[in-house]
Amino acid sequence: MFSKTMWRAVIGAALVAPFALTAAQAQDTVKIGLIVPMTGGQASTGKQIDNAVKLYMQQHGDTVAGRKIEVILKDDATLPDNTKRLAQELIVNDKVKVIAGFGITPAALAAAPLATRAKVPEVVMAAGTSIITERSPYIVRTSFTLAQSSTIIGDWAAKNGIKKVATLTSDYAPGHDALRFFKEHFTAGGGRIVEEVKVPLANPDFAPFLQRMKDAKPDAIYVFVPAGQGGAFMKQYAERGLDKAGIRVIGPGDVMDDDLLNGMGDSAIGAVTAHIYSAAHPSQMNRDFVAAYKKAYNQRPGFMAVGGYDGIHLIYQALKKTGGKADGDSLVAAMKGMKWESPRGPISIDPDTRDIVQNVYIRKVEKKDGELYNVEFVTFKGVKDPGKTKK
Amino acid sequence: MNSDRIVGALALKRSRWGWGETAFWLVAAASILLFSDRYLILTEMAWLGLFALSLDLILGYAGIVSLGHAAFFGVGAYAAGLLAVHGIVREPALALVAAGLAAMALGFVTSFLVIRGAELSQLMVTLGIALLLRELANRFSDITGGFDGLQGIVIDPVLGLFAFDLYGRTGFIYCLVVLFVLFLVARMIVHSPFGLSLRAIRNNPLRAAAIGIPVNRRLVAIYAISAFYAGVAGALFTQTTALASLDVFSFERSADLLLVLVIGGAGYLYGGLVGAVIFRLLQDVFSSWTPQFWQFWIGLVLVLIVLVGRERMYRGILWLPRQLGARLGKAKPAPSPGGGGA
Repeated sequence: MFSKTMWRAVIGAALVAPFALTAAQAQDTVKIGLIVPMTGGQASTGKQIDNAVKLYMQQHGDTVAGRKIEVILKDDATLPDNTKRLAQELIVNDKVKVIAGFGITPAALAAAPLATRAKVPEVVMAAGTSIITERSPYIVRTSFTLAQSSTIIGDWAAKNGIKKVATLTSDYAPGHDALRFFKEHFTAGGGRIVEEVKVPLANPDFAPFLQRMKDAKPDAIYVFVPAGQGGAFMKQYAERGLDKAGIRVIGPGDVMDDDLLNGMGDSAIGAVTAHIYSAAHPSQMNRDFVAAYKKAYNQRPGFMAVGGYDGIHLIYQALKKTGGKADGDSLVAAMKGMKWESPRGPISIDPDTRDIVQNVYIRKVEKKDGELYNVEFVTFKGVKDPGKTKK
Repeated sequence: MNSDRIVGALALKRSRWGWGETAFWLVAAASILLFSDRYLILTEMAWLGLFALSLDLILGYAGIVSLGHAAFFGVGAYAAGLLAVHGIVREPALALVAAGLAAMALGFVTSFLVIRGAELSQLMVTLGIALLLRELANRFSDITGGFDGLQGIVIDPVLGLFAFDLYGRTGFIYCLVVLFVLFLVARMIVHSPFGLSLRAIRNNPLRAAAIGIPVNRRLVAIYAISAFYAGVAGALFTQTTALASLDVFSFERSADLLLVLVIGGAGYLYGGLVGAVIFRLLQDVFSSWTPQFWQFWIGLVLVLIVLVGRERMYRGILWLPRQLGARLGKAKPAPSPGGGGA
């Protein structure tokens, strides 16, 4: 039992602690604010990014160009107003030099005006809508855009005997991008959309939509759901017997996220997706990355982990290039045009748009050594974001 | 006759400002200078406090329970956002009133549905209205921006003089002033004969009707007023963050609000404010301490608060000031410890 005095002490401490914690900081540390969802529906995104950043720092040390790197992790629970407050507090109070993370598009957009105003680089490691990098000259992206993968799967489907497609996309900005770009390219190639369904983003129940899909008898369903929801979708896809009805799954690779793929069961075999990263990517660098990640966290890295890994790498390299100068303009200038080899393959930052340029692979789910993998079989090299070049 | 006078005197005595109240607001004002690096979280406390105050008006004073108070918060937030985006009312303080009135209109209309039922059906109706509005906002995404939120909100300087700064100083002072003004109004309302009649209704609606209080009309009035307060809180949220997205309507927001009131206590106006401060502090402490598992600790603390009981905890917190007071020989002797605990 706690005594009364102890209770009083505990309560008193709890009330005073947050205000007392802002102690003076050493000058030569470079702080990075990592804002990701660690709780709620998108928690898997945040955990992957956090894991990857920690892994990178274990492998490469925490000092660059004579300056110590300190990452401050914050959970925004996917609420944009949280993201904005946390970003603002990190910039104003903790004096972070870079803000990074951003699990969903609204979160990345909410922080954009702060990045511009405070001249702090915003490294987007997850969110995938094309418009994001246009909202501030300080935004640099290391994840991907939906337009990159959606246009390519659209072309591929039209050329590979898929004529009728039903679409199922999440009802928010990336989902709209995924649908728009796929539709443009697929119908231009002679394909036809027979059914178009938008599902709510939060806690979706796919079952009623899947029944409609089944009745429309398409050759394939084009699916975009954010990372983390693919498992639920594939489960209901199998339950409704769409696999037995011969309806294939195609889409951008988010639905076949590597960290969930193994749990999806054999109904996922044969699904063809276009994406930027597969844990089965056949390069030495990727094999090492996957092995190290598995060893540290006992699970397979997904594309979110790679986005985080490359994001922190970009920050390290930019600091190296500026010789430790950490003001926003120098860092963004250093990041522009940077090229490197990532676990996903060769990537670079487009100097004009600050968006990522990377290979997009067409992959098919296959079973290797008793585990499911996205096996890449076609490569499209150096794909820029088509969402912007159009304008 | 005599008892009438006693009740009247008691009510009057209660409506006078005590030293505790003055101290509370002095501390609130002093926080502008004291915690200059924590303006953002203080701002959240201020609008959350106002939001909780609005729930207290119906829950603590009129006995109407609600699980969908975010409906009014959301309407206020979107109203303020839309007014700013389309440049209809540029001045924030004026937009604030407009947003509050929009929420009030909704409160007036829906009050007729809410006051019909008893507690459980009130919970369901309020919850349903909030969910309905959320879906409407989702459906009309060309107006509201859907899940991605309203884009391009730029808030002009308050009264054309004070621009919102990166440190959140203007935002906080603005919220605090609005909170204080609306608190004074709420204080007047609950201590007025109107407010006393509400308490009579809460205690026993039948008897209240029997002594000639127009029960339904009074409930409609307080519900609409409460909606105005919630709308203003929502507008403050949008104006200080320049954001309005679907989660302003979310169930979690309504549920959190009830928690705030549970922590602070209902039916004495300060409950919402104290609850908001404690709730946000707990969130902040736990989520910087463990970004992954903070919700567990919040849950644990909430269970403890309910188990230990608010009364006993306040006695604990007030122990030191009371001891000091007793030493100085000014204050009344502290109430005997362990006397009234549940």
